[in-house]
Amino acid sequence: MNHIFFFYFAAVIAGTSVLVVALRNPVYSALALLIMFFHVAGLYVTLHAEFLAAVQIVVYAGAILVLYLFVVMLLSIRSEERYHNQLPVAGLLGVTLCTEVLLLLIQSRTAPSAPGRSVEAAAETGNTEMIGEALYSTYLFPFEVASLILLVAMIGAIILAKKDIIETTE
Amino acid sequence: MTVPLSYYLVLSGFVFLTGVVGVLIRRNIIVILLSVELMLNATNINFVAFSQYFHQVAGQVFVFFALTVAAAEVAVGLAIIIALHRTNSSIYIDDLNLLKR
Repeated sequence: MNHIFFFYFAAVIAGTSVLVVALRNPVYSALALLIMFFHVAGLYVTLHAEFLAAVQIVVYAGAILVLYLFVVMLLSIRSEERYHNQLPVAGLLGVTLCTEVLLLLIQSRTAPSAPGRSVEAAAETGNTEMIGEALYSTYLFPFEVASLILLVAMIGAIILAKKDIIETTE
Repeated sequence: MTVPLSYYLVLSGFVFLTGVVGVLIRRNIIVILLSVELMLNATNINFVAFSQYFHQVAGQVFVFFALTVAAAEVAVGLAIIIALHRTNSSIYIDDLNLLKR
């Protein structure tokens, strides 16, 4: 049963990720990415990361992709005529790296032994609760740094996108 | 009956390489940013798969930080695209060769 779900999600993720790169119209690329985000969320559910699945849908599909679509519509982009002329180089690089990954995975069949820690804890407390405890105790400082990153990104986006903010201040 | 970890690694490797190829071959900056999103999602799949495999919650916490960085990247990247489109009236990277001239 797990395998069926995994192969369904993996097939859709792989197919839509190829479509994101291959489709000429950026709106279609963004919509293919939307389908991929939903299936990645499904994959998270099969991996027992339910909270992350919800966050994936809310943040990626709800916020980030809508922002992309806004910009695509705002700039009224025509669909692309041709690919970049780096296509042979990119194809060679992609095929080489793909075969390397596959060879490495085939050679190293011995899986590392999983330390069986906090399986019972995961069962009795919820997934969200565990993430919250780790986030606000062990990873408190990175959490605050992340909020600072968001603040800087917000100010930077306003400064970059606003038209005459520099002329009016000078 | 669980799915082996290597399946997740193959999937995320494939998605990551698709993102790399997309960054290299596309001319539209928006699609290049979408390819960067593909790569970030591939790493997130890896994080969650390892988190489940080693029974550690730290991997899922790191997905949050990756998500934060992705959101910041999208905000700043799209603002740069809008500024480029305003000055250059083009978002194709072949036309953005100001430093080469």
